[in-house]
Amino acid sequence: MTATASPARGTPEGPRVTAGGGDERLLRVSPLRRLLGRPELGAVVGAVAVFLFFSFTADSFLRPSSIGTVLYAASILGIMAVPVALLMIGGEFDLSAGVMVTSSALISSMFSFQMTANVWVGVLVSLLVTLGLGAFNGIMLTRTRLPSFIITLGTFLMLTGLNLGLTKLISGTVSTKTIGDMEGFPAARKLFASSLTIGGVDLKVTILWWAALVALASWILLRTRYGNWIFAVGGNADAARAVGVPVRGTKIGLYMGVALCAWVAGQHLLFSFDVVQSGEGVGNELKYIVAAVIGGCLITGGYGSAVGSAVGAFIFGMTDKGIVYAEWNPDWFQFFLGAMLLLATLLNAWVRKRAEASR
Amino acid sequence: MTAGTAETAGTGGAAETGGTAGTALVELDGVAKFYGNIRALEGVSLEVHAGEISCVLGDNGAGKSTLIKIIAGLHRHDAGDLLIDGVTTTLGSPREALDRGIATVYQDLAVVPLMPVWRNFFLGSEPTKGRGPFKRLDVTLMRETTRAALLRMGIDLRDVDQPIGTLSGGERQCVAIARAVHFGAKVLVLDEPTAALGVKQSGVVLKYVAAARDAGLGVVLITHNPHHAYLVGDRFVLLKRGAMAGSHTKDSITLDELTRQMAGGSELEELSHELERATGPEPDVTASNVSASDGTAPGEASGKPLRPA
Repeated sequence: MTATASPARGTPEGPRVTAGGGDERLLRVSPLRRLLGRPELGAVVGAVAVFLFFSFTADSFLRPSSIGTVLYAASILGIMAVPVALLMIGGEFDLSAGVMVTSSALISSMFSFQMTANVWVGVLVSLLVTLGLGAFNGIMLTRTRLPSFIITLGTFLMLTGLNLGLTKLISGTVSTKTIGDMEGFPAARKLFASSLTIGGVDLKVTILWWAALVALASWILLRTRYGNWIFAVGGNADAARAVGVPVRGTKIGLYMGVALCAWVAGQHLLFSFDVVQSGEGVGNELKYIVAAVIGGCLITGGYGSAVGSAVGAFIFGMTDKGIVYAEWNPDWFQFFLGAMLLLATLLNAWVRKRAEASR
Repeated sequence: MTAGTAETAGTGGAAETGGTAGTALVELDGVAKFYGNIRALEGVSLEVHAGEISCVLGDNGAGKSTLIKIIAGLHRHDAGDLLIDGVTTTLGSPREALDRGIATVYQDLAVVPLMPVWRNFFLGSEPTKGRGPFKRLDVTLMRETTRAALLRMGIDLRDVDQPIGTLSGGERQCVAIARAVHFGAKVLVLDEPTAALGVKQSGVVLKYVAAARDAGLGVVLITHNPHHAYLVGDRFVLLKRGAMAGSHTKDSITLDELTRQMAGGSELEELSHELERATGPEPDVTASNVSASDGTAPGEASGKPLRPA
């Protein structure tokens, strides 16, 4: 790449003289401009702002232990925000994601307890059933062609009811029986709910799960055929179908991805407390969506990133815990979140407009 | 200009009008399609030969889109025969049509606006490298191939990384055509490629259509603009209310006659009587710019094919 120093803008209808290397009509894009084109930029700016804000207002915010706590809060949300972001890039919603986490935890707990089986059996059964729930969402969506809002609102309500109803029916109360003394529990706890200390900072294993999922999702999204299809399916499903992309399969796969992560989050929920409250999870689905949107996902599909969803979840974690460290009334959390969502969305829209104009 | 001279070709198919040797790449013979009790298409015959452009003309609702969807594999035909390379076939999906070498470029362009040009170019046929869990998109190959393939068609794009939505309608159309040519399509189906374009951009697109023909593809050009069709077409099939209203080769029809038939012949005359009060209307108002150069333009278009430098 030779330095094309001549700032010749050339005639508007430049002749076909692409000499070897770069194109003379292509002005060198500054790294800043390139950065502006990234979907997660708005979220990164927001994250820095939130970080600085709490660093100054909350004294204990910068302590190593606080960092562990913030990351933990972020990871719980982030594990689900990743597949929800992918799904959103694919042009769909999943309102059942929040309660599906609880369902997944309830299934492993109750199956193990009722069958007095090794908890790993329950964990495996839960994986299969949860994947089935995801597939159900996807198949219903692609078969009926109803909006995903309606389909998953339906499964959301049904799962909420099933969680409460079946738990009461089977264990007699609204929570599951403790499985802490059952076979396989310590090992499962190690995998899903242990913590490790690195440099004096107490880090939960969910942070590793989260990081791994973000890396995996980014790889899939940017470097595999399936990732290309996700963007295409969300950006223009008809066009994707016309060039031979399996639109149905792609969407079903995305819903099963949400289910897979719901299983991970559900197992964490179970093994960190060893009992599960059957009414939990309602409302979380919106938090996942908020994290994905703050992270730069376009609500209409076709645009976004997995890393963005992670930054969104991190903002979430910082705000959630920062308010506590600043010793404010935690009731303000929701207000903060709403304001953040609006700001992030506005910023994203502005950034995208600038990025496209700069081309 | 009395009506009733060339309304005869409605039956019997297009075979007798063309004198081309060899089997057609794609041939429709008396094809019909019904949606419930609605007759969308009936008794339509069409031949597509390598290195030729077959034009399908018709007004809105004439059945052009249905015809395309049958050739593209989006719909199955209900009666008649669809022959690919002389063999009777039914296409079950767009993928199947693609595998048989039939590529379709749709009116709404079949691109994903927010995706970069190179991702769009390879969409559905992405090359990969590596194996197992490390199987990944060959990004450098994709970028370079896109640039090279576009250049070969004479499209010099500034940046293959820009979202394809930032290109103009004509440019997008050309990218879609280049994509079809690159993936070894034998038959290129173009749905109203010039419908939403200005005169100059239409000219550019028609040049790429001609370039695809010169590359040896059989082209089906769907349009409601007889001027554009006559510039590049070798065969013309007229559709009217779901049925075939005529089938001609280039040397058996003049542009005026084509325009007249296309516009509905006697209906148009009736209309011109009705409108006489306002202005003295020429047949077909939309493309009068192009029709100004009737005599020379067809020769020019085929005589000056696009040669990649």
